[in-house]
Amino acid sequence: MREAIDILDARRRQVHTKGSQPFQLDCEKHSVAGSVSQRACVFCGSRVVLYPITDALHLVHGPIGCAAYTWDIRGAQSSGSQLHRMSFSTDLREKDVIYGGEKKCEAALIELIGRYRPKAAFVYATCIVGLIGDDLEAVCRRVTAQTGVETIPVHSEGFAGSKKDGYTAACAALDRLVGTSESPPPDGPSINILGDFNIAGETWIIRDYYERMGVNVISTITGDGRVDDIRRAHQAQLNVVQCSGSMKGLARLMKQKYDIPFVHVSYFGLEDVSKALYDVAEQFNDPAMMQRTTQLVRDEISAVMPQLRRYRDALQGKKAAVYTGGAFKAFSLVRSLRTLGVQTVIAGSQTGNPQDYQQLESLCDDGTVLLDDTNPLELAKFIDQTGADLLIGGVKERPIAYKLGVAFCDHNHERKRCLAGYEGMVNFANEVYSSVCSPVWSLSPRKRHAPPVKRSIGPGPLVTADAGLPLNTKAPQCPTAATVPSAGSDSHACGVCQLKAHCSGLAAQETETA
Amino acid sequence: MTDQGSSFVATRNACKMCTPLGACLAFSGVEGCLPFLHGSQGCSTYIRRYLISHFREPMDIASSNFDEQSAIFGGQNNLSIGLRHVLESYRPKAVGIATTCLSETIGDDVSMFLNEFRNEQAGNADVSIPPLIHASTPSYHGSHFDGYTEAVAAIVDTLAEGGKRQADLVNILPGIVSPADLRHLREIVSDFGLTPVLTPDYSERLDGPPWQQYQRIPDGGTPIDMIRRCGTAAASIQLGDTPTGRTAAGILADKFDVPAMVLPMPIGVRASDQMFAALENISGRPTPKQHADERGRLVDSYIDAHKYIFGKCAIVFGDEDFVVSTVGFLAEIGIQTVLCGSGGQSGTLKASIDQIEMGPSEPPRVIEGVDFEDLTEAADDVHADLMIGHSKGYKLARQLGIPLVRIGLPVHDRFGASRLLHVGYRGTQQLFDRIVNTLLEQRQDISEMGYTYL
Ligand code: SF4
Ligand code: SF4
Repeated sequence: MREAIDILDARRRQVHTKGSQPFQLDCEKHSVAGSVSQRACVFCGSRVVLYPITDALHLVHGPIGCAAYTWDIRGAQSSGSQLHRMSFSTDLREKDVIYGGEKKCEAALIELIGRYRPKAAFVYATCIVGLIGDDLEAVCRRVTAQTGVETIPVHSEGFAGSKKDGYTAACAALDRLVGTSESPPPDGPSINILGDFNIAGETWIIRDYYERMGVNVISTITGDGRVDDIRRAHQAQLNVVQCSGSMKGLARLMKQKYDIPFVHVSYFGLEDVSKALYDVAEQFNDPAMMQRTTQLVRDEISAVMPQLRRYRDALQGKKAAVYTGGAFKAFSLVRSLRTLGVQTVIAGSQTGNPQDYQQLESLCDDGTVLLDDTNPLELAKFIDQTGADLLIGGVKERPIAYKLGVAFCDHNHERKRCLAGYEGMVNFANEVYSSVCSPVWSLSPRKRHAPPVKRSIGPGPLVTADAGLPLNTKAPQCPTAATVPSAGSDSHACGVCQLKAHCSGLAAQETETA
Repeated sequence: MTDQGSSFVATRNACKMCTPLGACLAFSGVEGCLPFLHGSQGCSTYIRRYLISHFREPMDIASSNFDEQSAIFGGQNNLSIGLRHVLESYRPKAVGIATTCLSETIGDDVSMFLNEFRNEQAGNADVSIPPLIHASTPSYHGSHFDGYTEAVAAIVDTLAEGGKRQADLVNILPGIVSPADLRHLREIVSDFGLTPVLTPDYSERLDGPPWQQYQRIPDGGTPIDMIRRCGTAAASIQLGDTPTGRTAAGILADKFDVPAMVLPMPIGVRASDQMFAALENISGRPTPKQHADERGRLVDSYIDAHKYIFGKCAIVFGDEDFVVSTVGFLAEIGIQTVLCGSGGQSGTLKASIDQIEMGPSEPPRVIEGVDFEDLTEAADDVHADLMIGHSKGYKLARQLGIPLVRIGLPVHDRFGASRLLHVGYRGTQQLFDRIVNTLLEQRQDISEMGYTYL
């Protein structure tokens, strides 16, 4: 028998169990030296955000590793150019480190731009570039002048902060592009979709929802992103921002510069995606649009509910641990899991801020363990302690779950399955189901004495949607009729979207038309 | 013809990884050893993620988590705080410290830092300091393969001790092979009645069973006590003859006069014969019957399948060791390598390939320091029927419309990479069967008849 795993003293304040004492959780700290943090670096933050801009050249200025480990790592899809999937590196050698890498960087840019004819080029500074002091601004100016292709430095030196600072650097880089196109704006309501990265085609699904509501999408930043669209993003009337950290910066800059308001949304889970659509419709204050939105939500929900109910029957009462990059996604996951009858017993993120954790705490049940910037040992400890049946995280968290005989669901940027929107919720349910209910766990040493439990959703196809597939035609049905009780929520709110206003508004409209 | 990479300044889709990755892999093959990167956090996170996708096992790598202060004033403070934390939370039997580009560039004197750390902690009765192994691995100098070689050298340099020669003890320095390979190597050596010190040996740690309880550091790895005995071994067998710089075999020869036998990676009958001959020599025994039988079956299968494969053309890429031995193996079975390359730049690749007995085949075009776009461009000038290498070649294979037989590391797009066997007669047999079947499958797929006998 091994001794229990302790929490390092330096990390004690980054762990909190809801209900044990007044809420208090430290966050936004540099990771403790020697802890095996699941976080990456500033460069990673920038690379994640800018990567899906498909017709731009992305050059990683640094030694080979930073570029090699990010080559084609993400599931961000493109409807055209695949240039973003190439991994370009200046692959700095010893002499570059001694004499400076500017020349090499400039030469690399000129030849790559000549060869691949991108619409713009991003150059990422990695740790070492910060040290050897290359003047990337100057390099980019010269390259832009010589090639006519806008070349933008991304100040993402790995050690200079956290992944969040990488988001800021990426937003600063994007800000240089926004507002540089003169093409005429479209008529009618228009938005930019910010902070969705088109993992497995998710941006296409979201875009389709907004278009069905009658909203023009000017640019998607950055999922399936195009340089020319980003240039005219300032023409939009509203920025719709997903994800807590990555794109808020750009939305703020665009608010200051172009007076474009923004709303925060999430597309994960029935409640959150419905709220995202309603919130946008509300902003445009157009009854016809609201009507279309209501219809859309109703159609989509009634299409997926029968399947979700089957999954829910199989999953009811299971317990989950959620560890995400940004905290916003954790909120959505806690709610989505509730829709499936699963209780969240551990919730945490790499980069949450105090307000995020406050919200996360209020969303969770008593006894839930909240974690900021945790590590494999702590995750294992709390999975053991809480008896979680499922871990939701990224590839780095996967082996922790599997070694302990616990199910796993990948909800990171590297996944290849669409989990956003209504059809994404069905995929999510299927992901959770096909791991939690697999018979293999009954053979794992930690569970060896537990007989395999019969929790099959029974025969019949497990419908899983892929991006771009047309949805089935479905009978109109009021979403309030969808009976997904949401444990711990306001019982008067709609069982699905949890929004009183929308449901009663909907009811009122129905009476009018009747 | 020999080439040095491409005319391009930039590296496009690299065919290599960075030095610290190789070092972390080597450190994971020592019992109770925790890999620790001295530098910024991103490197360790990326390397963990990369290796987890290949091995599908926990891969904890600590980091001293540099911030701006450490980048300016040096990383000593971070290193000692980091070490204190890992000693407390992981309770390792050794810590393998590899430097990243960052700490190397600012010129951190890690050996000195470690000495000071030891002294500082000496008075502290609560902590006992395990061996701290330091490998210098700036990535602007070499590739993951060099990082691996340097870390194995550092392990042996730090731990090995001299003493009375043990006639039955033999050091095996395996190179970057799979867990299945490591298990097989151990088995072969033991079957000769010898005791192997296989360094490193991540076969259990990176391909182990599920757990009853979470393990801080997974079980397995070369026991530290065994590594200490390295200096007393009858001989060292280093598999792979491309490493440059300091090697474990070299250190053991210099410090303790352990004879070093540097052999090619044992893929193919001839290359494996060399390893078996070396073991016969050391043990004074003939090759045990079960292995001689495996050799016999392998040669028999070469004969049975020769017509399916003769004259086929292959593109081979990956770590230099693997490339050299694979080209030799293909020549042995009548497949012509038309083009081969490695992201490594040891400068020895071409010379090693020139040594190969080519039989009826023409020598291939060899490109050192290659990346996948160079390889793609070079592939335009040749005809190839298949590619052999790691999974990053998939894009090119898809473009060329030819199959890719996956070997080595990384294999990110297929299941069971840890159990791919490449070495010895048995490993060659598995690889041979896979190659033949890949070509048969292709032939069947394109045939209009869909024959059920081939
Ligand atoms: S900085 Fe060096 S050590 Fe770190 S990932 Fe990049 S190449 Fe590897
Ligand atoms: S070197 Fe710096 S930028 Fe590159 S991966 Fe490591 S921490 Fe990130």
